[in-house]
Amino acid sequence: MSATSKKIIFVLSTIALLLLPFLLEDFRVFQLNLVLIYAIAILGLNILTGYGGQISLGHGAFYAVGAYTSAVLISQLGMSSYLTIPIAGVVCLVMGVLMGFPALRLAGHYLALATFALAIATPQLLKYKAIEHWTGGVQGIVLDKPMPPFELVIFGSDLSEDRWLYFVILAIAALLFWMAHNLLSGRVGRAIMAIRDQPTAAAALGINLTFVKTATFGLSAAYTGIAGALSAMAVAYIAPDSFPAFLSISLLVGVVVGGLGSISGAIFGALFIQFVPNVADEISKSAPWAVYGAMLLALAYAAPNGVMGILKKITKKRQT
Amino acid sequence: MDSFLLQVTAGLANGGIYAAVGLALVMIHQATHHINFAQGEMATFSTFIAWAMIQAGVPYWVAFVATMVVSFVAGLLIQRIFLKPVEKAPILTNVIVFVGLLVIFNAFAGWIFEHTIKSFPSPFPVEGMFLPQYFSGHQIGSITVTLVVLLSVFCFFRFTPLGLAMRAAAFNPESARLVGIRVSWMLALGWGMAALIGAVAGMMIAPVVFLDPNMMAGILLYGFAAALLGGIDNPWGAVVGGVILGVLENILGAYVIGSDLKLTMALILIVTILIFRPYGLFGKPIFSRV
Repeated sequence: MSATSKKIIFVLSTIALLLLPFLLEDFRVFQLNLVLIYAIAILGLNILTGYGGQISLGHGAFYAVGAYTSAVLISQLGMSSYLTIPIAGVVCLVMGVLMGFPALRLAGHYLALATFALAIATPQLLKYKAIEHWTGGVQGIVLDKPMPPFELVIFGSDLSEDRWLYFVILAIAALLFWMAHNLLSGRVGRAIMAIRDQPTAAAALGINLTFVKTATFGLSAAYTGIAGALSAMAVAYIAPDSFPAFLSISLLVGVVVGGLGSISGAIFGALFIQFVPNVADEISKSAPWAVYGAMLLALAYAAPNGVMGILKKITKKRQT
Repeated sequence: MDSFLLQVTAGLANGGIYAAVGLALVMIHQATHHINFAQGEMATFSTFIAWAMIQAGVPYWVAFVATMVVSFVAGLLIQRIFLKPVEKAPILTNVIVFVGLLVIFNAFAGWIFEHTIKSFPSPFPVEGMFLPQYFSGHQIGSITVTLVVLLSVFCFFRFTPLGLAMRAAAFNPESARLVGIRVSWMLALGWGMAALIGAVAGMMIAPVVFLDPNMMAGILLYGFAAALLGGIDNPWGAVVGGVILGVLENILGAYVIGSDLKLTMALILIVTILIFRPYGLFGKPIFSRV
C-alpha cells in the first residue's frame, strides 16, 4: 500500500468513526462506548502480558479501582467527571507500581497466581463495611452521565448523552493508542520486549530491569484504570458485583483473541468480549463462558497470535 | 476457652480440605512445574457428578468411589488431550490453557447443574464419636477421609514401583526416559491422581459450604496458600501448610478481622509468602543458571 492511499484510508475511517454514532440508536452507541473502553483496558493488559511477558489474571482489580476512584470523587466531592479520569489513571499507576514490586520477584505462574488471588478478593474488598461510607457497599454508586455541552443534530439524531460520551471516549482512546504505539515502537518498547525474551541478557546490556518492569506494570494498570473510570461514566452505575473475578479473565480473553503483543488487536478483542457473550447468552446463561473457554483453548493451539496473527499471515501470503 | 477450641477444631477440619487441595496442586507442580488454576473447578465438577448420582438413588459410598474413578480418568484424559500438545510451549500458553479449562468447567457445571445452591449430604453421623463437644461427626469423618487419602498417596509413592517411576519422571525426566519410564504417561497419571484428590476434597467440603459452581474459588485460594506456605515442591509441606492455614483462618476470622475479608486474607498471605519466602517453610531455595 502506498503512503497516499494509507492517508486516504485514515481520513475516510476517521470521518466514518465521527459520523457513526448518529447513524445508530442510543443503545448501540452505548455498546460501542463499552467496546472502546474494553479496547483501552485490553491494550493496558496487552502492554504487560503481550509485550512485557508478565502474566496478570487480576487486571479487573485495576479496572474496578479506576471505576471506584472516579465514582467516589464524583459522588462524594462533586468533582467534574472529566477531571476524575486522569486522577483514576494516576491512582492506578501508583497501585500498579506497588503491585509491580512483588511482581519483580515473581515469574510466570507465580505472578499469575498472585494476581489471580487479587481478582478473586476484589469484590469482597469492595463490599467491606469499613469503607461502605464511600463505596456504597453492596448497593454501589449511581451516577449521572455527563451532559453534552452543546446541541447538535446530524442525520436527524441529536447529540444525546451517550453520543457525547462516545466522542469523549473516542478521543481518549485515540490518544492512548497513539501513545502506546509510540512508546512500544521506540527504545522503551524494545527494552520491555528484551526483558520478556531474555531478562539476563537485557540486564547485561544495561537495561534497568527493576525500573522497566515496575514502570510497565504501572503503565498497564493506569490504562486499565482509565478504562474503568470511563466505564463508570458510560454505565452510570457501579457495584462490587460489576467486577467479579471473571472480569479479569474476560480481559485476558480479549488480549488472546486480539493477539498477544499487538496494539490494534485490542479492538478485535474488545468487539469479541462485548458482542459474543450477548449472542451466546441466548442459548444459555452459562454459554458465554463456555464459548470463552473454548476460544482460549482453540487459540492457544491454533492461532497463538490471535486475530492479528491471522491477518498478518493472510497479507503476507498475498504479497508473495 | 471452649469457643476458642471450637474454632480450632473447625479449623482443623477445613485445614484438612486445604491440605488435600494443596497436595493436588503440589502433585501437578512437582511433575510439570505448572500451577493448575483449573484444580478447583475440576473438583467442583466432580462433586456435582457425585451429587447427581446420589440424587439418582445411588448409595453414598458407591457414588463416592465412582466419582473418584471418573475424576481419575477425566484428569488423565485432560492431560492427554489438552496439556500434552502444549507441554513444551511457553508458560503464558500453559496459563491460558489452564484458564480456559477453568472457565469451561465452571460454565458446564452451571449449564448442566444450574446455579442454584444445593445441599450436599454428609455420610457421617451428626454427633461425633470422639470429643462430641468439640468435633461434629462430619468434621471427624472429613479429617479421617483426608488422612486416609494422604496416607495412601504417601504409600503409593513410597512403596510401589509405579510410584517410584512417577517420582523419577518428576525428578529427572531425561534420565527416567533413558531407563524406560514413559515420562509423558507418568505426568498423565499425576493429573489423574490430582483430579481424584481434588474430588475427595470437594465431596468433603460440599456439606459445609454448600454446592454451587463457584464453590471452590475461595478454597482453591487457600489451597494455593497452603501449598506455597509448605513449599510448592513438598507434599508434606502442603499438608502442614493446609492445617496451619485452616486453624489460622478460623481464629483470625473469629477474633481479629471477621468473616468479611477471608479471601483478602488469602491474597495477603499468598503475596507475603511469595515475596518473603517463595520456597515456603519446608522447600529449598531455587537458583537458576544463566
